[in-house]
Amino acid sequence: MAAMTPTTRYSDSARDTEAPEDGAPARTPARRPRRPRPRIWRGAVLGLAGAYFLVPLVASFVFTVHVPGHGITFEAYTELLSADGFTESLLLSLGLAAATIALSLLLAVPALVAVRIGSPRLRPVVEVMCMLPLVVPPIALVTGITTVLRWGPEHLSRTPLYQTFIAVQNEKFPVVLVLAYTVLALPFVYRSLDAGLRAVDVPTLVEAARSCGASWPYLVLRVLLPNLRASLAGAAFLTLALVLGEFTIASLLGFRPFAVWIVSISGAQARMSVAVSILSLLITWLLLIALSRAGTAPSTGAAAPATTSRKES
Amino acid sequence: MSSTTDPRVAGGTRRRRRGPRTWLATLPLLTFTGLCFGIPLGAMAYGAVTRTEPANGATRLTGEHLARSLQGPYLDSLIGSVQLSALTALVGGVLGVVIAQAVVTSRSAGLRSAALTASGVLANFGGVPLAFAFIATVGISGVVTQLADLTAFGWNLYSFTGLAVVYLYFLIPLMVLVIAPALDGLRPQWREAAQSSGATGRQFWRHVGLPVLAPSLLGGFVLLFGTAFAAHATAAALVGGSVPLVTLKIADALSGNVLTGQENVALALGLDMILIAGLVMAVYLPLQRRSARWLR
Repeated sequence: MAAMTPTTRYSDSARDTEAPEDGAPARTPARRPRRPRPRIWRGAVLGLAGAYFLVPLVASFVFTVHVPGHGITFEAYTELLSADGFTESLLLSLGLAAATIALSLLLAVPALVAVRIGSPRLRPVVEVMCMLPLVVPPIALVTGITTVLRWGPEHLSRTPLYQTFIAVQNEKFPVVLVLAYTVLALPFVYRSLDAGLRAVDVPTLVEAARSCGASWPYLVLRVLLPNLRASLAGAAFLTLALVLGEFTIASLLGFRPFAVWIVSISGAQARMSVAVSILSLLITWLLLIALSRAGTAPSTGAAAPATTSRKES
Repeated sequence: MSSTTDPRVAGGTRRRRRGPRTWLATLPLLTFTGLCFGIPLGAMAYGAVTRTEPANGATRLTGEHLARSLQGPYLDSLIGSVQLSALTALVGGVLGVVIAQAVVTSRSAGLRSAALTASGVLANFGGVPLAFAFIATVGISGVVTQLADLTAFGWNLYSFTGLAVVYLYFLIPLMVLVIAPALDGLRPQWREAAQSSGATGRQFWRHVGLPVLAPSLLGGFVLLFGTAFAAHATAAALVGGSVPLVTLKIADALSGNVLTGQENVALALGLDMILIAGLVMAVYLPLQRRSARWLR
């Protein structure tokens, strides 16, 4: 054996003498192409991905400003404000978003704080209740909602509940949409808040504040909520983005917030509908970038999980 | 020992003392979800399996709607949705992994944070605006369509392929977001250990990399599938009805675009969707838990 090894080695090196540089750096050539190759490969992958993701954005902008035969014009943007229904639908969407954010936070914050400090056994229940809407596609939820709304005229017309059914479907401010959006937003709100609460030692904070004589309202408003600021903002941003872009439920229930309005004008004013799409994208992006900035803010890890929470959606 | 039991005792007394009060704080949330989520779902399930005679108002159980939802054009739409979701999830998953690997291995913090932020933003770019951006780009009179004369190549945005290309726009970034932490979790030491024990790159991936990544990969695929399956706004704004998709069929049935009396079939289709989506989540959640075990 001992004699075998040298001979093979010799035979190798004998072959190497023909190309002296080849044997010793045998590893280097094997490695050297491996190193530049990923760089080319990586460049190609990122370049193609960049093209795929940028071209539609650039092209839609070109589409809105370039009218074949007329040259460049910004009319699609300047005429927006005077467009029929633009302000109404935008205001409706913003109002719905504000109400949804308020409602979902009012429901989720006390429940999650309570689960943290006093009722850990309820935690799985709260988690499942908040996460379940992820399993139900919005369109399936809307079939259920229309069924329930039909009960109003069909079965309850003699009862006071009927008035409630009419009231929640008010054209001016459809409460039923707020309720549905809150259901849809709960998973994101839950994840954001849960991540924030995870990063804060809630029981210790509560104990410290209580032993310093803080009342419960003071404790929640002045001690807990400031610590959760980033994840509250995260939850609010995600909800805002969700409500501004929501189309399915609103259109099937016959209301006309922003996304439904964009579709309704697309036939007659294609250029403007694309322009509004670009604007709404920009707004959503600014919101989300602001959110991820807040997430990487130096102070705590409180919000970093808030952005990751979206990842799993 | 005492240090571990003491807090637990303290926690126990605290829970007993404050238990009732904190328990109350979860009530609004639980009541709300029960009412605004439970009742519609219950109504949907009930409507899907019952039939009310218009003549006498009597209600009886029936499997008729569910059976009809699994026949003819409804079955086609379910199959179409599953096919589109599976295809886009597969393609999006593979491309997402490739892009995420390119970003993760680049070791450039700037590229990395830019790519992840962009992915977070793009993954949220579903719905109506996305559909219109694609119509303006590669639609019939879209900018790129006319520049590159895509119609000559047989390109049609308002088709199965067109829809798949549009869906990939938000599915790929979603996959990047899901898989990037998992790729980060592949410790360089593991690769070094594999290399120093003589493994080739392919062997490393086959015996170490892929097994560790498998739950995250499958979880990502399943998540993409579910997202594509539930998508409605993009398809509605884009194709209207030329591609058979279950979400579009439900919307048609609900808005009365088909024969009246089809509402219950819409409910049954909704139930079918929830069953499929539930199955998907039942696969996803355990996988996510498993991958979390490896990657901490």
